[in-house]
Amino acid sequence: MMTLFGIPAGALFGQLLLGLINGAFYAMLSLGLALIFGLLNIINFSHGAQYMMGAFVAWLGLTYLGTNYWVALALAPLIVAAFGILLERTMLSRLYKLDHLYGLLLTFGLALIIEGFFRQLYGISGMPYAVPKELAGGWNLGFMYLPIYRAWVVIASLILCLGTWVLIEKTKLGAYLRAATENPALVQAFGINVPVMITLTYGFGVALAAFAGVLAAPIYSVNPLMGSNLIIVVFAVVVIGGMGSIMGSIVTGFMLGLLEGLTKVVYPEAAGTVIFMVMVIVLLIKPAGLFGKGA
Amino acid sequence: MLKKALIGAVALTALSAAQAQAQYSDNKIKIGVLTDLSGTYSDLAGKGTIIAAQMAVEDFGGKVNGVPVEIISADHQNKADIASSIARKWYDAEGVDAVAELVTTAAAVAVREVSKERGKIDLISGAASTALTNAKCSATGFHWTYDTAALANGTANAVVKNGGKTWYFLTADYAFGHDLQAQTERVVKANGGEIKGAVRHPFPNSDFSSFLLQAQASGAQIIGLANAGADTINAIKQAKEFGITQGGQSLAGLLVFITDINSLGLETAQGMMMTTGYYWNRDDETRAWSKRWSAKMDGKMPSMVHAGTYSSVIHYLKALAAAKTDDGMKVAEQMRAIPIKDASGFAINGKIRADGRMVHDMYLAQVKKPADSKAPWDYYNILRTIPGDDAYQPLSESKCDLVKK
Repeated sequence: MMTLFGIPAGALFGQLLLGLINGAFYAMLSLGLALIFGLLNIINFSHGAQYMMGAFVAWLGLTYLGTNYWVALALAPLIVAAFGILLERTMLSRLYKLDHLYGLLLTFGLALIIEGFFRQLYGISGMPYAVPKELAGGWNLGFMYLPIYRAWVVIASLILCLGTWVLIEKTKLGAYLRAATENPALVQAFGINVPVMITLTYGFGVALAAFAGVLAAPIYSVNPLMGSNLIIVVFAVVVIGGMGSIMGSIVTGFMLGLLEGLTKVVYPEAAGTVIFMVMVIVLLIKPAGLFGKGA
Repeated sequence: MLKKALIGAVALTALSAAQAQAQYSDNKIKIGVLTDLSGTYSDLAGKGTIIAAQMAVEDFGGKVNGVPVEIISADHQNKADIASSIARKWYDAEGVDAVAELVTTAAAVAVREVSKERGKIDLISGAASTALTNAKCSATGFHWTYDTAALANGTANAVVKNGGKTWYFLTADYAFGHDLQAQTERVVKANGGEIKGAVRHPFPNSDFSSFLLQAQASGAQIIGLANAGADTINAIKQAKEFGITQGGQSLAGLLVFITDINSLGLETAQGMMMTTGYYWNRDDETRAWSKRWSAKMDGKMPSMVHAGTYSSVIHYLKALAAAKTDDGMKVAEQMRAIPIKDASGFAINGKIRADGRMVHDMYLAQVKKPADSKAPWDYYNILRTIPGDDAYQPLSESKCDLVKK
């Protein structure tokens, strides 16, 4: 069998493909974080809890209302976004003029409260959520068995990430948003309702997290802490990509997923730390991040 | 007059003699349930163990020789330092006589040190490591519910005998995972099986696909999961997704609780074999006790840790009554002497050895098919009862210095 770096080529391709799938989750979550940070200047620590809420809304819908996966994929982001908008209007909007630290502490506290609430109601072990029938099964690629559902995750994530990038960077609405971050007073003077735009942006960022949560439900254990396990890695991804850079967070998300996949073959014990090592190196060499616009 | 005074004196002496017979410090028995109330293990242990301990006190009548019994509790957050400082405060300042439950080996070992120093009783239920009855054993310390040796013996023996000769391990990269893998490897090899390899995954870990593919590529018949809680759930869920089980390889969950099965659902978990110290739906006695517990726990059913906590606490109360004192050494002697039997149906053929191990029958269980499950939480078929002496590490192999060689 052909080998690369002393690893059978088949195994290597398999692992890289898996890395890409994990990268898809990192990309979706860090995209939402970067969007919120870039436009609202809020470090949204409750992002992980909102991802978890997405998965739980899907589970609740299936269990109590019988709504299937596809309905959940459409509705859960809207429901969780509505909740996010409520938080933004009642609490976060008071903090925009203060230091980042205030937003971070508030959202961190909110994350603990939300997680505690779900833990109280549903316990810690998690809830079952099956892969939807249409996406069950898999393909044998010769070097690995690829579950159809995982392929779907990568495709859905790519479409979502690129769509978001186009929306922010290439459309008129995106231009307004970017302008409003630079100089809200001036944009407001042109007759654009900046506070509403900011609120909707936060809602959109939260919806991205919830969407990722629904995608994750059939793969991972749907439990109240599923987000807090992931959020630290995702923050590292955002830092490496450059805070606030949309394309940066997408590319970095996929890249680090690949790197992590590779580590799992070469030296599995380090798989949990490799992303943080990269973060340290990037911070030392290029503090603004790989795609950041200078410090 | 004189006669009356004499009778009075006799009565008084008799009364004080009766009082002198039973000596309990501060005229109160206090048992502290120290457990994980918020983290990974809060379903399999957690609040349910406090309920179980309270049920034990109620069933015993709330008093030991007229002295009231109180249950207090705290969250050790699975951290050794927090666990030991709470235990120290309980023993030194709050008059606690015994600490019960103690899930997470690191926390249990830390509290064991504190209890041993003070000659106080610990009743360990949730922690898994055999270290507690070997290097860390104590004359006043008891390991009640299960341990890694019993899990490995039960599951690996049965699986190898059913033809699962070649093994590959997914192991959580910390002391518990390493211990469980080592114990299982020993049993597999002793039965003529072969170890194809192992991969150590970070703890905690959510994506197992990479490790599962490595296990798949190894060609081993059995993939042993030397991990626990959410790690095990994620690994099993993803093994199904990647067609591991359909491809002819089988999973062996080395530490699986009924709460994990509930979380996975029968569709995903069906067919899996595991060893457990308790199953609520085993006989009339276990059903009756579990239904009482369930009524206080929103319809959930108890794990072996919940039932084990009840069993250990009520046995401790019986020993207190028999010893007529709360002196740790004397109570520990009584705990070893009196027979172990309680309403939960937990400790079948139970006995406590010199190393503090409570040896009792274990069960080899297989997860039911969804169609065979008749009621909520009706999850297991009990395939075999494993006699305690076969399940646990033989006393002759114990490294505990209390064992006479």
